[in-house]
Amino acid sequence: MSEATLQAANVASGFEVEAVRADFPILHQQVHGKPLAYLDSAASAQRPAQVIDAMANYDRHDHANVHRGVHALSQRATEAFEGAREKLRRYINAASTREIIFTRGTTEAINLVAQSWGRANLGDGDEIVVTQMEHHANIVPWQMLCEQTGAALKVIPMTESGELDLDAARAVIGARTRLLAFGHVSNALGTINPVAELTALARSAGALVLLDGAQGMPHMRVDVEALDCDFYAFSGHKMFGPTGIGVLWGREALLKAMPPWQGGGDMILAVSFEKTTYNELPWKFEAGTPNIAGVVGLGAAVDYLEALDFAGAAAWEHSLLEYGTARLAEIDGLRIIGTAPRKAAVISFTLEGVHPHDIGTIVDHAGIAIRTGHHCAMPVMDYYGVPATARASFAFYNTREEIDRLAEALREAREVFA
Amino acid sequence: MDLADLYRDVIIDHNRNPRNFRKIPPPCGHAEGLNPLCGDKLQVYLRVGADDRIEDVSFEGSGCAISVASASLMTEALRGLERAEAEALFERIHGMLTGREEPDAAALGKLASLAGVREYPSRVKCASLCWHTAHSALDEGGTVSTE
Repeated sequence: MSEATLQAANVASGFEVEAVRADFPILHQQVHGKPLAYLDSAASAQRPAQVIDAMANYDRHDHANVHRGVHALSQRATEAFEGAREKLRRYINAASTREIIFTRGTTEAINLVAQSWGRANLGDGDEIVVTQMEHHANIVPWQMLCEQTGAALKVIPMTESGELDLDAARAVIGARTRLLAFGHVSNALGTINPVAELTALARSAGALVLLDGAQGMPHMRVDVEALDCDFYAFSGHKMFGPTGIGVLWGREALLKAMPPWQGGGDMILAVSFEKTTYNELPWKFEAGTPNIAGVVGLGAAVDYLEALDFAGAAAWEHSLLEYGTARLAEIDGLRIIGTAPRKAAVISFTLEGVHPHDIGTIVDHAGIAIRTGHHCAMPVMDYYGVPATARASFAFYNTREEIDRLAEALREAREVFA
Repeated sequence: MDLADLYRDVIIDHNRNPRNFRKIPPPCGHAEGLNPLCGDKLQVYLRVGADDRIEDVSFEGSGCAISVASASLMTEALRGLERAEAEALFERIHGMLTGREEPDAAALGKLASLAGVREYPSRVKCASLCWHTAHSALDEGGTVSTE
């Protein structure tokens, strides 16, 4: 959804959270004798029955290898697989299914760009720009690429509120910049980054733009054309689909010019020992038998999100963020890490005198699942001078009551250590 | 399962006021322990005398209550032990933390209060990190990681 819609969504809507919760079987269980409150969707979102059933039905009735057989099952599997690709194309408004490359997840999608586009195009004197708030998946592949090519990695710093410093960005992005790679939404802080401003800076420097969309897809409707980036990487399991499947979207002209990354079956048209002819897009980048059930599940997740009142869901989620921020801020000694004005439903925090790991255990005891640790964003932890934070992240299936229970459990944690 | 079994008074006390929380100047045995999952990082220093007894042992670093309390309790328990006795204690603690052995309160004293982690599999590493690190410091030193 657009920024304007996100703002409008602040108004409470008629979103029926209980009806949505009924779609998610896993939510209806007891943990340590308490009803589960799953506040860790930024680590991995839960899956609706529609996704679970789609995968099970595929496994029960339609499974065979894709793009290979003339038999009925292989054709059904291929249709399900390629049908899901079309769903994803439509969902993110890509120009063509040739631009939808299935990967194992965001991490593999970013590695694909680094190893294919990067190794073919970068050398000494070239610069890749990332930001201080990146997930390790959007840092390490570029560091590896720099070692391989002699390119240098530059970093846009952030500010105390957890926003990117745009003035500094203007100084960091320059004539040597070949690629700007940044997170659409920060997993550790929740910050929604200013895509248009950053992309404009990259464009004026003649650089390409890659967006790590792992945390963008679950919280907003993404339109890759409107974002005007060159690559958008995301994971199925953050958007209510399965693990082990993700997508790299890239502009067709770029993907076409890029060399294959991994070699093997499915990515070739003809092989002899003298010469191999590579397959067309998107299969050129999909060596080996893919995660077919995962693709089917991801397609079902897209169906689910399209059928959902997405604007209502986003408004509900945003109201949870506001409610959670207010409730947590009331707790003595609690410090919220990441206070950008534009945030997705993620609250990172520390509690004075209680290590995040102990917070995690104590709230787990109350049936509440949150993430504790460095969130694969160690530079962010270094910036704030903390070894770790606790993080509650909300999806549209969460409730205010769950947030009340979290606040209560955090007060109990303070008491244990008082 | 009761939280009070994990966060016993001894643990809370040693977390709040860690004993032997300091550096020992070289020469001494030293090792670093890392738990990348939760960001725990601690240093263990250990000086063994001519009689092969641990004369002094200390630690520094940051971590959760379980890891800090475990390290603090450990430094108290190791001081004065002969190398072979320390090795035996490492084994006994490892057995207790992993649930292989029942805690022997008579033999372990305050250390038995660490037994609560057995009900929390994800926290066993917090309690055991300092012991692995001390083991390494007693041998050749270096970095110990729980991952």
